[in-house]
Amino acid sequence: MTEQQLFEMGGMEHLFSERAMRGETMVLNMGPQHPSTHGVLRLVLELDGEIVQNCVPDIGFLHTGVEKNMEGKTYQKAEVMTDRLDYMNTIGNNLVYCMAVEKLCDLDVPPRAQGIRVILAELQRIASHLLWLGTSALDLAAMSVFLYAMREREMIMDIFELVSGQRMMTTYIRPGGLWRDVPVEFEQTVREFIRILPKRIDEYESLLTKNPLFIERTIGIGKISVEDCIRWGVTGPVLRGSGMGFDLRKVHPYMGYEQYDFNIPTETGGDINARYKVRVQEMRESIRIVEQALDKLPLGPVRSNNRKYVPPPRSEIGTSMEALIHHFKLWTEGFTPPVGSVYAVTESPRGELGCFLESDGSPKPYRVHFKTPSFTNLQIMPLLSKGHFVADLVGIIGSIDIVLGDTDR
Amino acid sequence: MHESYQPAVSALQRRFGAELREFRDEITLLVEPDHWIDAATALRDEFGFNSLEGITAVDYWPQQTPRFHIIAHIYSFSIHKTIILRVPLNGNSPTLPTLETVFPNANWHEREVWDMFGIRFEGHGDLRRILMPQDWQGHPQRKDYPLGYEEVQFTFNFDKISLKKPAPRE
Repeated sequence: MTEQQLFEMGGMEHLFSERAMRGETMVLNMGPQHPSTHGVLRLVLELDGEIVQNCVPDIGFLHTGVEKNMEGKTYQKAEVMTDRLDYMNTIGNNLVYCMAVEKLCDLDVPPRAQGIRVILAELQRIASHLLWLGTSALDLAAMSVFLYAMREREMIMDIFELVSGQRMMTTYIRPGGLWRDVPVEFEQTVREFIRILPKRIDEYESLLTKNPLFIERTIGIGKISVEDCIRWGVTGPVLRGSGMGFDLRKVHPYMGYEQYDFNIPTETGGDINARYKVRVQEMRESIRIVEQALDKLPLGPVRSNNRKYVPPPRSEIGTSMEALIHHFKLWTEGFTPPVGSVYAVTESPRGELGCFLESDGSPKPYRVHFKTPSFTNLQIMPLLSKGHFVADLVGIIGSIDIVLGDTDR
Repeated sequence: MHESYQPAVSALQRRFGAELREFRDEITLLVEPDHWIDAATALRDEFGFNSLEGITAVDYWPQQTPRFHIIAHIYSFSIHKTIILRVPLNGNSPTLPTLETVFPNANWHEREVWDMFGIRFEGHGDLRRILMPQDWQGHPQRKDYPLGYEEVQFTFNFDKISLKKPAPRE
């Protein structure tokens, strides 16, 4: 290989075989601007004809320094940055961050706030899976599912707009509860949505599940075993698609998930088709959770009464001196949690989403780290793609459902 | 402390002199850099902590001993518990043996720690930057790396500010 070619490989020479160095196999660059990479992901492929011999993901094109920026903001202000991580799971990011803060401060969350959090998190999961369904079917050349899935996703976005005023970057969940209670139309709107959604999911399934072209492109492709998943720390639908019924909502219930009756869909194929089936079933389970959470939703406050961490209601500020002082202190200086570090985990649509917080007792977090599912799941790309056609690579990327904002932070 | 932690915690305390810290029901074990690999291997092979959730670091600058803590969250799929290993590192450019041999997914997490904190992992197969551009100077998540809010450059302080700029330099 000439000097010029080596330079272009950007220090990746050691990741490719001798054959690539001799020029017997071809090293091909895919992305970062490629329609099927679901964002800005660059893959460097080693190809033997059409067969992928090796695949090296190159990430970081969407790195925005969120963790570093959060260190310079108070705990309340830092929360708005969490929305921007995984932009398909904004409510879930708010949730994991608030859970970490609540764990650090030992803050209680009222039952009504927990119920609303669960409803919104499950709607967010459905929205994320709908977008995944549309785009990954589009990658495999099934055009119409995308249009239908986006239509239903729009209804969820409308629900978010109804409760928070924002479609995507809601910052609706706050440490100790919620920004404010949901409007009166909320229950009816959500019930209407979960009434029509099951029929729509049947519709998507009729387009894909038995479609011979779809089956041909998904069964037996991108296989991974449970042992490999555990070794590589892979979680979420990829792990469940390989046959392990592991879901953090069941194993470590948070926000009252233990009160709801739902199943963990698992498949044993470990291929793209299994992951597709798991996600479609998960949408149905999420509908069940939303329904139960709506039925059980208690009345009451939506914010903790701990005034050292949670601002008082507006009505109190006009009459109570203490409330006014608390409000002033919270919005100028922020709150000061105890010294220590905590790690909170949730089940995001993509897998285990964790938030590590370290506090030095000041109003700003000393260190925030997000353990994101896309980052860990993307790492198995070489394992999944070895020996498959370049055309199947597109389906494999889609099937692990990465969001590059989540990977690069 | 939940009783299922007991065998692992007491073994690590006895064998490697690990220091136990408990905060909000989380179990953290502090080990010395020499025992880092052995402690992780023992957790994986003997106590069923078979999956690495992530590796991250904290910078305690200007403190020098220790300046950094490396933190690994290790999960057990059999007892469904997380144990946290912490290792203190002194000085400005420390090194630590790689955990890649024990948990293969440490690869990317360690690359991120190298990129963001400038901690070298000995024996790592592919220690390149992962999030920042390959030609970047400095390690952004160190506490002595500026957080932003650039000072305005005037003719009288142009050179002084240029020196502190986080942008890559020739």
